[in-house]
Amino acid sequence: MEWYLPVIWAGLIGTAVAMYVILDGFDLGIGILFPFARKEEDRDLMMNSVAPFWDGNETWLVLGGGGLWVAFPLAYSIIMPALYLPVIGMLLALVFRGVSFEFRWVAKPTHHMWDIAFTGGSIVAAFLQGVILGGLLQGIDVADGQYAGGAFDWLTPFSLFVGLAVVAGYALLGATWLIMRTSGPVQELGRRYAPTLLLVVLAAMGIISLWTPLSIGRVAERWFATPNIFFLWPIPLAALLVAYGIWRWVERGREVLPFIGTILLFLLGYAGLVISNVPYLVPPNLTFWDTAAAPSSQIFFLMGTIFLLPMVLGYTAFVYWVFRGKIAPGEGYH
Amino acid sequence: MELDPVLLARIQFAFTVSFHIIFPAFTIGLSAFIAVLLLTWMRTGAEKYHRLARFWTKIFAVSFAMGVVSGIVLSYQFGTNWSRFSEFSGNVIGPLIGYEVLTAFYLEATFLGILLFGWNRFPPWLITTASVLVAIGTAISAFWILAANSWMQTPTGHEIRGGIAYPVDWLQIIFNPSFPYRFAHMLNAAYLTTAVVVLAVGSRYLLAGRHNEESRTMLRMAVGMIAVSAPLQLVIGDMHGLNTLEHQPVKVAAMEGHWSERDPGHLVLFGLPNEETRTNDYQIAIPHLGALILTHDWDGTYLGLTDFPEEEWPPVANVFFTFRIMVGIGLLLIATGFWGLYLWWRGRLFDSRFFLRSTSFMWPLGFVAILTGWFVTEQGRQPWVVYGLMQTADGTSPVPAASIAGTLALFVFIYGIVFATGIYYINRLINAGPKGEATDAAAGLPNRPLSAAEEATREATGRPHGQGPGGPLTAPKG
Ligand code: HDD
Ligand code: HEM
Ligand code: HEM
Repeated sequence: MEWYLPVIWAGLIGTAVAMYVILDGFDLGIGILFPFARKEEDRDLMMNSVAPFWDGNETWLVLGGGGLWVAFPLAYSIIMPALYLPVIGMLLALVFRGVSFEFRWVAKPTHHMWDIAFTGGSIVAAFLQGVILGGLLQGIDVADGQYAGGAFDWLTPFSLFVGLAVVAGYALLGATWLIMRTSGPVQELGRRYAPTLLLVVLAAMGIISLWTPLSIGRVAERWFATPNIFFLWPIPLAALLVAYGIWRWVERGREVLPFIGTILLFLLGYAGLVISNVPYLVPPNLTFWDTAAAPSSQIFFLMGTIFLLPMVLGYTAFVYWVFRGKIAPGEGYH
Repeated sequence: MELDPVLLARIQFAFTVSFHIIFPAFTIGLSAFIAVLLLTWMRTGAEKYHRLARFWTKIFAVSFAMGVVSGIVLSYQFGTNWSRFSEFSGNVIGPLIGYEVLTAFYLEATFLGILLFGWNRFPPWLITTASVLVAIGTAISAFWILAANSWMQTPTGHEIRGGIAYPVDWLQIIFNPSFPYRFAHMLNAAYLTTAVVVLAVGSRYLLAGRHNEESRTMLRMAVGMIAVSAPLQLVIGDMHGLNTLEHQPVKVAAMEGHWSERDPGHLVLFGLPNEETRTNDYQIAIPHLGALILTHDWDGTYLGLTDFPEEEWPPVANVFFTFRIMVGIGLLLIATGFWGLYLWWRGRLFDSRFFLRSTSFMWPLGFVAILTGWFVTEQGRQPWVVYGLMQTADGTSPVPAASIAGTLALFVFIYGIVFATGIYYINRLINAGPKGEATDAAAGLPNRPLSAAEEATREATGRPHGQGPGGPLTAPKG
């Protein structure tokens, strides 16, 4: 009866991470696009479009990290020291960026420094999240159930590349969010940058999809071994189709579809990563089952989570519903 | 000089957790205060309670936001700084801390949203109910986190297999021997601390001749609360100490500056513990009183530091002094409570400028007592991280000292800015004072505490409504 508990937990944590990436992704994306808007009122509008959501979005990060400790203590205690610098750097960037949401308004008209903090924090957080992902994918050095590498093992061309890819990806989410939620010059900004960002993201996804199987044997085997490839080829194809869809939708002035399409693109990329790595939680050798907490601990926490998670999800949906609709220029700050 | 990674990791953790606790302690107390105000408002219908509740809710929002920001960091730091400890104890205290986070999350998601943004949307009974639920929720949050910490002090209900702790009996794990005392002491500390802040604010207004009606109410409520909870804190603390004597006798020996079982149980009022000579320099002590307190017997004896191997001593001077600061503040607050009661009885509570002036400076005292109390508890546990099971030095992460030192510097820098600004906000809100009438709520329904903090600040700084995020977004169509 014990084998399925870690699977349930892996699913729950995977969901929390996916929720986080999509939700915080678009608001970090706004921060990344911030410098491209020159006028103060445009920046105000951009910030307003995510202000009611961002801190709720970040709570998924707590659930992901906290959940990892509860359900997979061994994985938590290997991953965190291995990625010490990027993890702490990311947390600090998030704190800094979080407070600039408020301080920027209070500091006006001398808010320039908080513009920089907002953009800088967003870019650093996004970049380091990518570095963390890259560091995890490329594998972690473990001996005797402990991290056995150095302080900078995560620092490779691959992880840096993934970092840049995530920055571009979040910027795309942000741009399509602006297309959906705003109008006027700010929406124009989203439209202007979305196609370029889309191309960059596609190229990055392509490069990562080639880089990982070429450098990591088990990933190649997962994708190209004979029965698998028959089931798996639709995923890259679907990604291409969705990307084409986003391109056309942006071109034709659709407002909601590009954002939905970008979310789909993210989910497909995520599915690809999951397929490459399941059931490894700490690649290349520790699986869900190797790192799982005692069944009694997993059950104990599961009872509460199953009860509370639907409420949290329901409330999140409710809030987005209340805030649906467009913010016109100027309207956000009268 | 070689940097010691264990020491640095401890300093970093102590820094971030100390920063964190200040805000939750205040939110726990404030949410209860707001709930009481709203209940009284419902019962009496007096408008001043409503105004006060709204005023303190704004301050609550800022404090809550700081609690969230600093709490997120903590949930990762167990792994980054104490990975071996996390692995060792994850099965047992992981779920307890997980529940703390879920409780906070859930709270934030629902009832807090109603309390912060629902004033013009929902009927008073719903707001009041939400405030009561928030107060209960913060206390439940404290319940879980203190269960986890108490298990680290007095572990029970587990078994060790292959160098890792496994749960055997959840009830014993949660209700471990020191938990009831620690929970009661911490919860009461939060209420007491908040009462002191309320008292200081009330005194400040009265001295300035502002908000007369509200500040009288605040003063009366705060004095009443302090007069009850400060003595209660002494009683709980005494029981807590007895419990500690039973389970962690070295800690008590360090708290008391008690060197040997053969020494008479003096109550040391002052001294400089000297680990070389194993005595207290310049000691001033009351004979036998220590024995009377700890063993309830005039000639009772209890173990002293030298009855334990020196490797098991906590840092004696730190524990000794921080304990005295906490107890000193406790006694001062008891005196303040009685002084206030006396003035009240003589009908001079609002006129004694001496009382008002003294209490107006008292607002930080509770926070200092909370921090020093935690320092006693946590440093007194050294050299163990899980008492008797795992030493702190064995609980660290395989991370080089330079990484920890670098990130510590960043923490100090960034938290310095955030902390200073948070206090500055709260101070501005207090200066602005309670508002006469309810203002219109924003057209949208911002869902998150930080947007409420924003809102509140804007009001405090006198900025026109809606000059920032969280201002009215387009109302939903249809
Ligand atoms: C006595 C109470 C108490 C203590 C000792 C701690 N906390 Fe706490 N914490 C709270 C009481 C609290 C709270 C009152 O429940 C907070 C304050 C603001 C909030 O959202 O809930 C909170 C928030 C909070 C959050 C943010 C949750 C969210 O996203 O809403 C996290 C992740 C933590 N805490 C984690 C910790 C950890 C890892 C601690 C131990 C080292 C810790 N807290 C000590
Ligand atoms: C919120 C109030 C708290 C404060 C102010 C506090 C304070 C401290 C301090 C000062 C230290 C350093 C002690 C030393 O190394 O000399 C410490 C260590 C530590 N605390 Fe706490 N603590 C608090 C709550 C908690 C809770 C609730 C937990 C766990 C559930 C916890 C877990 C730890 C751990 C793992 C260490 C590091 C190991 C050690 O130094 O013993 N603390 N804390
Ligand atoms: C009035 C006399 C007081 C006594 C006799 C007393 C006693 C104690 C003792 C013995 C401990 C150590 C517990 C351990 O063994 O780990 C402790 C811890 C603590 N004290 Fe006090 N205390 C007093 C006043 C206060 C006050 C006024 C506050 C705050 C407003 C406070 C807040 C705390 C906190 C937060 C802790 C750490 C958490 C815990 O272990 O409960 N105490 N206290």
